[in-house]
Amino acid sequence: MKVRVKYVKSGHFKFIGHLDVMRFFQKAVKRAGLDIAYSKGFSPHQLMSFAAPLALGVTSEGEYFDAEFNSLVSSDEFVRRFNEQMVEGMTVKDVILLPDDAKNSMSIVAASDYHITILDKEEDTACADRKAKLLEVSGHLLEKETIEVLRKTKKNEKVEDIKNGIFKLYPDGDQLYMLLATGSAYNLKPELVVEALCRETGYEYQKFDYRIHRIETYMRSAEGELVSLLESGTRISNGNAQG
Amino acid sequence: MTTLALSDEILMEIEKPARYIGNEVNMVRKDPAEVEIRFCMCFPDVYEIGMSHLGIQILYDMINKREDAYCERVYSPWPDLDRIMRERNILLFSLETQTPVREFDFLGITLQYEMCYTNILQVLELSGIPIWAKDRTLEDPIVFGGGPCSYNPEPIADFFDVFYIGEGETRYHDVFELYKSARAQGASREEILYRISQIPGMYVPSLYEVSYHEDGTLASFEPGQEGVPKTVVKEIVMDFDKVPYPEKPLVPYIRVTQDRVTLEIMRGCIRGCRFCQAGMIYRPTRQKDVELLKRYARSMVKATGHEEISLSSLSSSDYECLKEFIYFLIDEISNDDVNISLPSLRIDAFSLDVMKRVQDIKKSSLTFAPEAGTQRLRDVINKGLTEEVILNGAMQAFRGGWNKVKFYFMLGLPMETEEDAEGIPKLCETVAEAYYTIPKEERNGKVSITASASFFVPKPFTPFQWAPMLDPETYRDRARHVKDTFRKQLNFKSMKFTYHETDVSALEGVFARGDRRLSRVIYDAYASGCIFDAWTEFFDYEKWLSAFEKNGLSMSFYTTREREVDELLPWDFIDIGVTKRFLAAEWERAKQGIVTPNCREQCSGCGAARFGGGVCFEGKS
Ligand code: SF4
Repeated sequence: MKVRVKYVKSGHFKFIGHLDVMRFFQKAVKRAGLDIAYSKGFSPHQLMSFAAPLALGVTSEGEYFDAEFNSLVSSDEFVRRFNEQMVEGMTVKDVILLPDDAKNSMSIVAASDYHITILDKEEDTACADRKAKLLEVSGHLLEKETIEVLRKTKKNEKVEDIKNGIFKLYPDGDQLYMLLATGSAYNLKPELVVEALCRETGYEYQKFDYRIHRIETYMRSAEGELVSLLESGTRISNGNAQG
Repeated sequence: MTTLALSDEILMEIEKPARYIGNEVNMVRKDPAEVEIRFCMCFPDVYEIGMSHLGIQILYDMINKREDAYCERVYSPWPDLDRIMRERNILLFSLETQTPVREFDFLGITLQYEMCYTNILQVLELSGIPIWAKDRTLEDPIVFGGGPCSYNPEPIADFFDVFYIGEGETRYHDVFELYKSARAQGASREEILYRISQIPGMYVPSLYEVSYHEDGTLASFEPGQEGVPKTVVKEIVMDFDKVPYPEKPLVPYIRVTQDRVTLEIMRGCIRGCRFCQAGMIYRPTRQKDVELLKRYARSMVKATGHEEISLSSLSSSDYECLKEFIYFLIDEISNDDVNISLPSLRIDAFSLDVMKRVQDIKKSSLTFAPEAGTQRLRDVINKGLTEEVILNGAMQAFRGGWNKVKFYFMLGLPMETEEDAEGIPKLCETVAEAYYTIPKEERNGKVSITASASFFVPKPFTPFQWAPMLDPETYRDRARHVKDTFRKQLNFKSMKFTYHETDVSALEGVFARGDRRLSRVIYDAYASGCIFDAWTEFFDYEKWLSAFEKNGLSMSFYTTREREVDELLPWDFIDIGVTKRFLAAEWERAKQGIVTPNCREQCSGCGAARFGGGVCFEGKS
């Protein structure tokens, strides 16, 4: 029986890399005494797969993984037992049961949205100017024909048009809001969009000037709408449900 | 949420920021304002190494069980962060509350190997604590050293306020009680240290005076004040089943060297190999109750979620309930989510059976540690393993489908001859030939034998503490000769021989048996940039050589010189229970090639029976 878990990664947990987050959950599941399923073979491993890796330094309130269980408890009980094993900066929000034929989260992710905080140093007017400018330009960037950035690969650098990957981009209070293509088909990192904004405004891009927070991870519904990954299944009310 | 000592920017810039943020599963949280004693426990190497150490987990758990104390941790910042901290004047901090280490009452540094000595200076300096103990004030923490290297603390004596000699479980409570009342009475730092020296097992180096003969050997080593004990008797746990054990050990986020539940099944070793320090300093051998271990196994797997469980001891095959315990682990603990990591075991029907059950035969190998190539030399070092035992074990395993063998040897042992060195490839050849006596269809392809040799370093409190160490050139020649001899063997294509670094071992040899004058050398080496000396990529031998030269000390005085049995040794003021008389008798028997029986075969009256327990009284209750 396959379930999907939604969790929040915040605070100092942003310094824990993706692979270590996976290991953290593998151990947490066992501490919680949840009946996770294992692969067959000489060195069995837990059947667990994560949706969209988060870069080091980024926080998120919309993270997901799927896992296979031999027996179930209710969604509320899952959440409670997981959270007993969490530490500061990690919280499980919800658990749903997926239909048997559900595709795994990694393959269906289509987009995610972000809030970017532009850090300004106090009493530095240049900073305040930059912030105002970036926010202003963000409202118009998508009007351009192409949005170009330098993308560094292992071998060389190339100019790339990332416009197709930006679904939405606008100022939201004193933060930037952006909805970007995510997943195996096309994956656009929020840093690149900030870089494009800097390029547009003539500021030099400095990665420590921005704090990135993922709000949600989305998939496409049958109608082509972007919806939460939780839409794939239903909450479990009865713990002994057979899948 | 605790405010981190390092900014986001720094944490994003350095390798593995998780090393410095704490917050691991099972980390102890307390309000520092609510405790009377703040203790910072340090393993002077990188986080991944330090977090793998059982001793720290034991003490962390034990101290934190006290309501009036909070034990936190610190490890050596990796060179990338070290550089940043120096550039930006950031003080070294504890992981738990991210408090500067200098604000603690105590800094306890565990001394597991000699090559971490410069890292101790790094920790002190980055903490803003004076490196030399004599420069510290009441504002600075009291700096404790403990662990195996404190059995000869002299080379680092000037950096420490106190060395805790022996096993950590017994005396910290006395130290804390004393400290609380001394602070309440407004005692001076000198007064506090003097009073600590009155607690059994505590060595306060500043209270002792040392003088030397013209030839550099020790002339005297005496307390400089009345009432300071002349000898310090090691501390030892005799109610081994009653001391606390960390049933909820810390679980790191990042992969560390030993990412698993570790169960200590036994402390000490009955064997008495003459090169082995652990085999002497942990005497007498004490075993943990098997029922207790079963309980720990269950609770610790549950509390950590680790996928592996391993046993810790010096010689697991000598644990009397080993069979029962391993079968328990296999039947009741191991399943899809927990593997058993087997300790190295004597090869017999039992160990082959369990190896078959928990490992993949195709991938696993048999391990033997004959340490020396010939029976003559094995008798000298008192290593009971004979060629017959090795062959019998190997043949049983070969018939069972194994085809990989690993051998561990030492080179440069006392009384080693060319014939002994050549014995290493010969023994490997004998085992290879034995393999091919098995009919082709009953064996599993080609045999593969790996042999590795390490450079023997004489250690204090062993019968070889008087022995000369080989000089690195001779060792290298000998190792090369062994390698050449391997090439002459019939089955040399199935064999691989490797040998370890020499320069590091030579330095290790200096510090193992060094005296107080070496503090200056360590300081100068550190000042010239030596750090993380245990890491090949950072080890800089040239810098060390100049530090010796600058101080007019020669390495060979400490390494290649043979000591007379009546020489006053820098560690003679420590009493480990095993007497010097016994060690000297063992040195003599070594020279004659006479084997000494193990503690269970026959007690040799080493002196450790005075602690009143363990193997000395087994079956005699
Ligand atoms: S006193 Fe005897 S039994 Fe006890 S440790 Fe020494 S040799 Fe072994």
